[in-house]
Amino acid sequence: MSGIFTSSLGKKLLMSLAGIFLIVFLLVHMGLNLLLIIYEDPMVYNKVAHFMSSSILIKIFEIILFGGFLLHIIYALILQIQNWIARPSRYNKANYSNTSFFSKFMIHTAIITLTFLVIHMMDFYIKAKLGHASEIIVDGVVYHDFVSEVVDKFKILPFVIFYIAAFVFLGFHLMHGFQSAFKTLGMDNRKYTPVIQVLAIFYCTLVVAGYSIIPVIIYFS
Amino acid sequence: MNLNLKLKVWRQRDPNTRGKFVNYQLKNISTDSSFLEMLDVLNEELITKGEEPVIYDHDCREGICGACGLYINGRPHGPDSLITVCQLHMRKFKNGDTIVIEPWRARAFPVIRDLMVDRNAFDKLIQEGGYVSVNTGSAPDANGIPVKKEKAELSMDAAACIGCGACVAACKNASAMLFVGAKISHLTLLPQGKVEARDRVLDMVTKMDELGFGSCTNTGACEAECPKGIKLTNIARLNREYYTALV
Repeated sequence: MSGIFTSSLGKKLLMSLAGIFLIVFLLVHMGLNLLLIIYEDPMVYNKVAHFMSSSILIKIFEIILFGGFLLHIIYALILQIQNWIARPSRYNKANYSNTSFFSKFMIHTAIITLTFLVIHMMDFYIKAKLGHASEIIVDGVVYHDFVSEVVDKFKILPFVIFYIAAFVFLGFHLMHGFQSAFKTLGMDNRKYTPVIQVLAIFYCTLVVAGYSIIPVIIYFS
Repeated sequence: MNLNLKLKVWRQRDPNTRGKFVNYQLKNISTDSSFLEMLDVLNEELITKGEEPVIYDHDCREGICGACGLYINGRPHGPDSLITVCQLHMRKFKNGDTIVIEPWRARAFPVIRDLMVDRNAFDKLIQEGGYVSVNTGSAPDANGIPVKKEKAELSMDAAACIGCGACVAACKNASAMLFVGAKISHLTLLPQGKVEARDRVLDMVTKMDELGFGSCTNTGACEAECPKGIKLTNIARLNREYYTALV
């Protein structure tokens, strides 16, 4: 059983499980974000955000989520370094033409996504935790006014461009990551692989479009 | 039509010496000659001039032994599919082309000299479990042991692996998982291979990591470059077998 933490296959398994978990989380997060543009009343989003920061269940989920991120990032780094070491001298001419396109840039798209994640955490999560976020009082209850924070951000054009670009790159990451995770879990055959590949395209388009539409609508409203 | 070519060949005296590319001009190469015959022409010229010939592996020259492994213009076994270098013909090139020839590059496959690499790592993997410990005796009756047609076919497809190492050479991570996956499928799908299935997969994966191969990121390059068309699904089977063996 110890092989799961030490062998390359074990590390890949943990990394792919964490990846699938994060894929599901992205959908949930997107669903909540879309409340911003679905409801005119900003308090709907603020109240949901308030529930997310006060519920014990969500607190437990938050720890699991951080665990998922750490597991995925740490094992990805270890495997990537091992893979680089496996080929100490590079080819003079390597076109890797038969390597699937998005899989060539996994580490690059991962670095962009991680950079976005750090900025995102500093902008919202840490700011709220440190009590630096603006507040609003409704019926005697203090809420973080995330909506005005978001709207302020999405009125800055460079931020909107960076936000959308980050999601496009995340989309590239997931185009390979989505179907690769299933293959790593051992699910690869003539029947299911084409279905998974179509699902991957559908999922990536949905995530990139779903997240990107929010800053676009806010910027132009 | 005959070809005039510029070759850029990796020359390395021994495993501990730094290698470098050396340029050669070749004239009047027949488009009907094989790639290895073209290298033979080069070596004849070098020997005539009193220079050291280019060392490269080759054996059967029929595309079945897997000895000739060269990385040609950025692809293992050169610009064609489902072939080894000996089956690559010069008609795949154009007059005036520059051809870059390199050895397989992987930590687990150190260069012995020039284009010849040490592929002992594959033998070590086979020693870990690429066999069945049964007394086979003389040829058994054809249907003495019932095997499902579908499984027999999958096993035979995997058994087509000739151990050339193109999968490792093609993989951006220098991973040997297609090779190991093929051996696991070949043996584990059959009743004779079931007895040692658990130990086989655990030992082979441990050895694979120990030998310094990278790990699979499902890019599909190995499948595309394999001269015997071994499928990526064998890697998924390797994964399944490994996880099952762990628990």
